[in-house]
Amino acid sequence: MGILRPAGDFDRDYKQDMAVIRKRWQWLAVGLGLLVTFTAPLWGNAYIVSTANRLAYFIIAIQGLNILTGYSGQISLGQAAFMLVGGYISALVVTYAGLSMFIALPVAALGAGVVGLIFGLPSLRVKGFYLAMATLAAQIIIPWLTRHSFKELLGGSSGRIDVPVPTLGSIEFNEVTEYFYISMVVLLITTLLVLNISRTRLGRAFVSVRDNDLAAELLGVNLFSYKLRAFFIAAMLAGVAGALKAHSQRAVGTELGYGLTESILMLGMLVIGGLGSNLGPFLGAVVVILLEDLANLIGSQAALAFPEYAPRMLTSFRPIFFGLVLMIFLIFEPRGLAHRWQLIKAAWRLRPFSR
Amino acid sequence: MNWPLVPQQIATGILNGGIIALIALGIVLIFKSSEVFNFAQGQLVMLGAYVTWWFTGGSESGAEIFNLPLWAAVLLAIIVMAFVGLFIERLALRPMTGQPLLSIVLMTLGLAAFLDGLTALTFGIEPKNNFPAPFSPSDVFRIPFPGAFNDTIILKKTLVAAFIVAVLAMVAFMLFFRLTRTGLAMRATAEDHELARSVGIKVPHIFGLSWAIAGIIATLGGVLLASQVGVSLSLSTVVLIAFPAVLLGGLDSFPGAIVGGIIVGLVAALAQASKVIEVRNAAEIAPYILLLIVLVIRPEGLFGQKRIERI
Repeated sequence: MGILRPAGDFDRDYKQDMAVIRKRWQWLAVGLGLLVTFTAPLWGNAYIVSTANRLAYFIIAIQGLNILTGYSGQISLGQAAFMLVGGYISALVVTYAGLSMFIALPVAALGAGVVGLIFGLPSLRVKGFYLAMATLAAQIIIPWLTRHSFKELLGGSSGRIDVPVPTLGSIEFNEVTEYFYISMVVLLITTLLVLNISRTRLGRAFVSVRDNDLAAELLGVNLFSYKLRAFFIAAMLAGVAGALKAHSQRAVGTELGYGLTESILMLGMLVIGGLGSNLGPFLGAVVVILLEDLANLIGSQAALAFPEYAPRMLTSFRPIFFGLVLMIFLIFEPRGLAHRWQLIKAAWRLRPFSR
Repeated sequence: MNWPLVPQQIATGILNGGIIALIALGIVLIFKSSEVFNFAQGQLVMLGAYVTWWFTGGSESGAEIFNLPLWAAVLLAIIVMAFVGLFIERLALRPMTGQPLLSIVLMTLGLAAFLDGLTALTFGIEPKNNFPAPFSPSDVFRIPFPGAFNDTIILKKTLVAAFIVAVLAMVAFMLFFRLTRTGLAMRATAEDHELARSVGIKVPHIFGLSWAIAGIIATLGGVLLASQVGVSLSLSTVVLIAFPAVLLGGLDSFPGAIVGGIIVGLVAALAQASKVIEVRNAAEIAPYILLLIVLVIRPEGLFGQKRIERI
């Protein structure tokens, strides 16, 4: 869907054409949005701030998944495993090298990126569904490795190590509200990164690989190289997300939400939000996280209403809601909420000729 | 390699592999007819086991209505699960025809999550320990085998019975596919939807039928599995092991699914026979390492057809 602009709104030079924020009111909106976001601890309650923390690391991981699956078209079921790698690396760097979390984050990102690169190697031989199965193998093998190798370092069979409080010099980020600022700054950086990737040669090459890889190869896009790059970037962002999650939960381990369920959850968030769009990860993550909290709420109410069925009430509503919503979206809105938002904007601009 | 243990592990591995092969067969059936890899097969297996358990009067509330012997419960559960498969195909998969691969994959993944939650909600999250087994766990065959540990191979009777049932089911299924007109129609649809339609085969009906049969196979597999490890929510993750089996044998090959299942069972069992503790611990991921090797060396599997992309 092309961008429809009202009459009289045209670009006068190349810089204007390429700009992300074009008009003065858009600058105002961005400024206002940033102001509202970064002062959230002041006006919001604890639930909003902690949910924002959760959203931050999910959105970053989904942005990575968006590059791999949305832009490059390679299905990945292993994003949570790469998050696990990033979380472990960051935790180990902080614990054993004594470095601050802000140095550990890039290290974790690099490490997770390399692991993602390794598990992207099968893309030389296989594509499509078979590559998805390779990522599934990664999702199963990586947690097993963290439980059965380097037991002293990685926590062994409990599969869990503790992460110290993040510090910056003398400032300790102990509270959820203080950690919020870290999450938001990192999220801002990754959003700018992903936005830029999508607008440059790299992003266009990714899209060409997704749309028609044969034609892309004929045009000189080295498929293997770009697929590997996509895996690297996706795993790198997953590593950042995993490190953020590990530091916010103050622990990292295979049982703490880095499994196949979470990988599927993130894929679902991506699809519900909109594959291949920059707004998609935000929309999808918000919708699914809110849905999960709603399911928890309903579950706990149902557990109170039917005490003898309490255990099953508390845990079973989440997958039911998520599965249902995902299936409904796939049938009725397969291009996601971002596409629906584009349609709404277009309908508004075209009024009264929208239908 | 702990040689005295090897004969025992080979035997157990093949027997376990038979059950895995049956489950893999269900996945291949759906893939062959509609090119959909059913990530939710594990949940269907689990649901089939639970429904059978319920019909045998396992739950106190259900026992007031149904309290059937195992064979009758299995028959009833098969009928129920056939309808479940039909419903799933009609409601969830029919709208997905012609959609890109990611949508279909996510549809079955979403279905898997939904069925997981539904099973937990309907039957509870605690593992059930009253699944009626034809033999008690200590009923064993002792086969003298010189060279094995204690010079005998011990085979649990439940496992042997499960293997025999699995083999019979697979044979019945293959016969159905080869000799009946419906089987012929399904094979034709698997080859080419358009041509099948043009000779008068109702392709959507075939889709529904293949999901129904997959539901039946899943129920049988679930019952066999439950007779070994009991009925619990972890059955769906146990079935995860069938995915490497399917890919090993070839996504579109029934003999491949059977061979793949047996190989996976063998590999997982033989890993237990190693002297090296790391290899023994690796038994749970051995099928996945095998999967990676297969993907790199021969992606189409042992018996699968090479995918040739034509422009």
